[in-house]
Amino acid sequence: MKYDIVLAGVGGQGILTIAAIIGQAAVSHGLNVKQSEVHGMSQRGGSVVAHLRLGSAAIKSDLIAPGSADMVLAMEPMEALRNLEFLSPAGVLISNTTPVINIGNYPPLPELLSALRTHANNHLIDGDQMAKDLGSARSVNMVLLGAMAAYLTLPEETLTAAIRELFTRKGESVIASNLKAFAAGRAAVN
Amino acid sequence: MSENLFLGDEALAQGALDAGLSGCYAYPGTPSTEIMEYIQASPEAAARGVHRSWSSNEKVAMEEALGMSYAGKRAMVCMKHVGLNVAADGFVNAAVTGSNGGLLVVAADDPSMHSSQNEQDSRFYAQFALIPCLEPSSQQEAYNMAADAFNWSEQYETPLLLRLTTRLSHSRANICTAPARAENRRREPSNPRRFTLLPAIAKQNYDRLCAKQAEFAELSDKSPYNLYYEGQDCSLGIICTGIAGNYVQEAFAGKCPHPILKISHYPLPQKKLARLLAECEKILVVEEGMPFVETQLRGPLGDPRILGRLSGALPRSGELNTRLVQAACGLPLPPLVPPSPLVLNRPPRLCDGCPHINTYEALNQALRDYPEARVFGDIGCYTLGALPPFNAISSCVDMGASIAMAKGAADAGLQPAIAVIGDSTFTHSGMTGLLDAVWENSPITVIIVDNFTTAMTGGQTSLGYGKIENICLGLGVAPEHLRIFTPLPKQHDANVQVLREEIAYPGLSVVIARRECLQTIRKK
Ligand SMILES: Cc1ncc(C[n+]2csc(CCOP(=O)(O)OP(=O)(O)O)c2C)c(N)n1
Ligand code: SF4
Repeated sequence: MKYDIVLAGVGGQGILTIAAIIGQAAVSHGLNVKQSEVHGMSQRGGSVVAHLRLGSAAIKSDLIAPGSADMVLAMEPMEALRNLEFLSPAGVLISNTTPVINIGNYPPLPELLSALRTHANNHLIDGDQMAKDLGSARSVNMVLLGAMAAYLTLPEETLTAAIRELFTRKGESVIASNLKAFAAGRAAVN
Repeated sequence: MSENLFLGDEALAQGALDAGLSGCYAYPGTPSTEIMEYIQASPEAAARGVHRSWSSNEKVAMEEALGMSYAGKRAMVCMKHVGLNVAADGFVNAAVTGSNGGLLVVAADDPSMHSSQNEQDSRFYAQFALIPCLEPSSQQEAYNMAADAFNWSEQYETPLLLRLTTRLSHSRANICTAPARAENRRREPSNPRRFTLLPAIAKQNYDRLCAKQAEFAELSDKSPYNLYYEGQDCSLGIICTGIAGNYVQEAFAGKCPHPILKISHYPLPQKKLARLLAECEKILVVEEGMPFVETQLRGPLGDPRILGRLSGALPRSGELNTRLVQAACGLPLPPLVPPSPLVLNRPPRLCDGCPHINTYEALNQALRDYPEARVFGDIGCYTLGALPPFNAISSCVDMGASIAMAKGAADAGLQPAIAVIGDSTFTHSGMTGLLDAVWENSPITVIIVDNFTTAMTGGQTSLGYGKIENICLGLGVAPEHLRIFTPLPKQHDANVQVLREEIAYPGLSVVIARRECLQTIRKK
């Protein structure tokens, strides 16, 4: 088994948290993991991307080749489109639809979304709205992680256990709201 | 297998700790920063009292590590690739003195310049200094190499260079660790005179270093990090170095028909190399970074058998990936979605409320009446002042260059000449330039943007904290032309006034714009 995921977003949207949770869950499930991250300059409101690779056999490259990812997960629609070239034709695109508009000439959202819909297997989710409705506006990344869970061949309990572990120090209520966001995202993809 | 996933930087750090490291020395710089940060966060490093404080700059770090090696203990010094330019004097001469306790110099290169001014390749430095160089291809190798490097350093009495690249430094994987070894006790160098590089001694040392080259080459040929993989199809042989080998393996889905020589230990393994060259018609050299191996193999006339970045088989610059290797090997390429015109650049920005914003707003207004003025910038978060909406700086070259370039331009008659430099960059290498300006009372205005931290690389300690104005006064800046303001919107008019006065003054002035970085406040 091998599963390659490109995670994209804008600095500060929490893609490294998603990567850390899946990575931890995969390790505890006995899989090999490689996870390439962005550090440094690009984190301040710029585009960020991380490559996460899971496999039962040893994984060689730290990067996923263009055209070969099993999934592109984006916290933001323009970043989804930027990274679409990584996706294999049979792969799945999961993207948040709420834009981060921190540049002057941001493209019209409907055009972005229809460009994303040209990829056959797509799930476009308003994660920001869902997180707000749950009263935990900061858990958008957990909503998206929940949406990913439908495709990851990892047991859901391993993922929720990794969420618990990551947020242990922040207390029960933070854990609970993140798990709620995860469940909502999971329910949005069927 | 580890429960945790280790960045390449962290795997190396843990490897060094397990190999009996007594001191880590470093100045932050992407993508090397996490090596020191891992050691700083390590409970075992704390329990053992391993040295793990930041240094003022890479040269100092290099010399501190050499001092620890002199005293017989194992030391590691870490920097980004351009840091090795700063440390080069100590580095090259440490090869001449040789090491006592194991001495490992780590340089993290940044091909594609994700967060750097250039993509220089540190392997050239090792070759220049005549010492062995290691280039791990995985997190596991980074871990393993730390112990081998220290052992070889002690066995051959030489420092070693370990070269990382961004994708390994900043990629995580699970690793297997080995039992920890005890730290060295202090011990005298084999020959106490060899650290005194008077010409007579230096000549002997240098002859010894030259004589060691044959031993280094032999070590490379036996190295567990240089591997020859047989292949049936000898129309092509592939040389891959460091992480480039991973892309080759994936390009052929692990079933490469061609012989492969994987190199992670330099100087080049001569016997293995000779075999590949004899067996194969053409050779493709796949290396992350500059064409270091390819240049050596092509020779001055450009041997047409040798393919790679210089022949055009691979791009001349930038990072590699599996697809580029597939293209170079003539393998079929999966179709790609063409880039969408809807996708626009999203450059990094200063954080909302960042003190640098207020400094640039004040500076831009103060300079409104001076269309001739030039602002020489430096390296840090404030370099983003080069982008809209500020368009406030005209240069950014290397750490500390702002002050010296402003002075040089003023020497040429350019007025007003302004320098903008961060607090950490100032103590890294701005202080000496300021001393020159003091000596000549150069008509420049130096603005030190003091946010109490090294923000750009994630908020490491800034060693001049609380001392910046005393350093300036101590260097001889006139107290009446040392001004301090708080970069805040409500202080805007007063700050513009301070800057106008000092820009009008036909001698050296220093203006300290002081307010803490928002990200460091948030982390408290
Ligand atoms: C020789 C060298 N070492 C390290 C770096 C990495 N680096 C870039 S800027 C910077 C420090 C910035 O700190 P400061 O000057 O205080 O500015 P701030 O980012 O806090 O605004 C560092 C360490 C570099 N570019 N060159
Ligand atoms: S990290 Fe600090 S210094 Fe850098 S842009 Fe943000 S507030 Fe400004």
